[in-house]
Amino acid sequence: MSSKNKPGNDLFLYLLRLGDTSLVLSHRLAEWCGHGPILEEDIAMTNISLDLIGQARILLGYASRVEGKGRSEDDLAYLREERAFYNVLLAEQPNGDFACTMVRQLFISSYQFFLFEALQKSADETIAAFAAKSLKEVTYHLRHSSEWVLRLGDGTAESREKTVQAVNELWMYTRDLFDMDSVDRNLLTAGIAPDMNLVKEKWEQKITGVLKESTIPVPPSDAWMASGSREGKHTEHLGYLLAEMQILPRTYPGASW
Amino acid sequence: MKGNTPTPEKIMQALASVCDPEIPVLSIIDLGIVRDVKIKNNIPEISITPTYTGCPAMKVIEDEIREAIRKEGLEDVIVKTVLAPPWTTDWIGTEAKEKLKAYGIAPPEKSSPDKSTLFGSPKAVACPRCASSDTEMISQFGSTACKALYRCRTCREPFDYFKCL
Repeated sequence: MSSKNKPGNDLFLYLLRLGDTSLVLSHRLAEWCGHGPILEEDIAMTNISLDLIGQARILLGYASRVEGKGRSEDDLAYLREERAFYNVLLAEQPNGDFACTMVRQLFISSYQFFLFEALQKSADETIAAFAAKSLKEVTYHLRHSSEWVLRLGDGTAESREKTVQAVNELWMYTRDLFDMDSVDRNLLTAGIAPDMNLVKEKWEQKITGVLKESTIPVPPSDAWMASGSREGKHTEHLGYLLAEMQILPRTYPGASW
Repeated sequence: MKGNTPTPEKIMQALASVCDPEIPVLSIIDLGIVRDVKIKNNIPEISITPTYTGCPAMKVIEDEIREAIRKEGLEDVIVKTVLAPPWTTDWIGTEAKEKLKAYGIAPPEKSSPDKSTLFGSPKAVACPRCASSDTEMISQFGSTACKALYRCRTCREPFDYFKCL
């Protein structure tokens, strides 16, 4: 795809990647609504979900304007198919148990934290404003998941076992967060996107620190890693998620209430 | 139009009657949601900013702004959403903080983003009912995006805290 990219198309794709990650993760967290282990956590996860929907609306709204073909933010969210979604693989992974969701949150919140921190200096004013705004909220998300991973990892034998298992299962999706293709490199040259290698360094430092304090072993650096989100290649879970998320607007086109 | 000429002052006055739907004791001016009012060709142009990116009240607030301007006899109004600079709880004035406390919500402590990420000791938040500072946080996330849930150990009442942003 990248070979026939026009300059605006890089920005459009980049916004879809960021926006889709927020949208898909928001949907996953919303699945916890009414199922949280305690009321406060039910509320916390849906609050974070709401912040992420806010991020998705800003990013997909901007993507819609950059594309300029009359597709609205809703069209982008509800009328694209699986292969046209570019969210990171980690975001679409099933909730699993509470430990699994908290580990996924820790990984993605730290990714968003250091990415948005860097994007505050983006040459694109809309992205910079978005990043400065969202970083404040992500700071709370990161604290929430860090505290939980610490409590679960350094908790009972059962909570520790579940947390270790979650780290081991989700670790293979963490390199996909930082993969760079021509879109990233072109936008890096233009001063719009950061160098993901620098974001990755900070991420690793943060994650290693939290895992060590939680008495959770850090997976080996040569562990097998999945990739593909930059090309719209997903794990089997995204299709089911989209089916649920998109069924209403696809069944009743133009429905409003 | 009833031959009514809008001025920024008149518009601000009208906006002072628009309350936040989730915190009805505060107006959108008190909360610092209104960032700018301009008049262009007799049409008011109002810039607002969300407290949280996903704030579900933004649409209602925009509708209520249009209604308030209509009551001033003006048909046309442009409402724009701006993100920069990002909203901060520091924009809530002293008087507004008193109103919050009287309503049962502990107002945000001064100077926003709480940087401590890992078990950072939260600031002491005074109970809005009995003023005791012997309180504890139950959850960082409360009934709306902008609030955390606290409990007072003195009067045993739970309360909302408008968290720093």
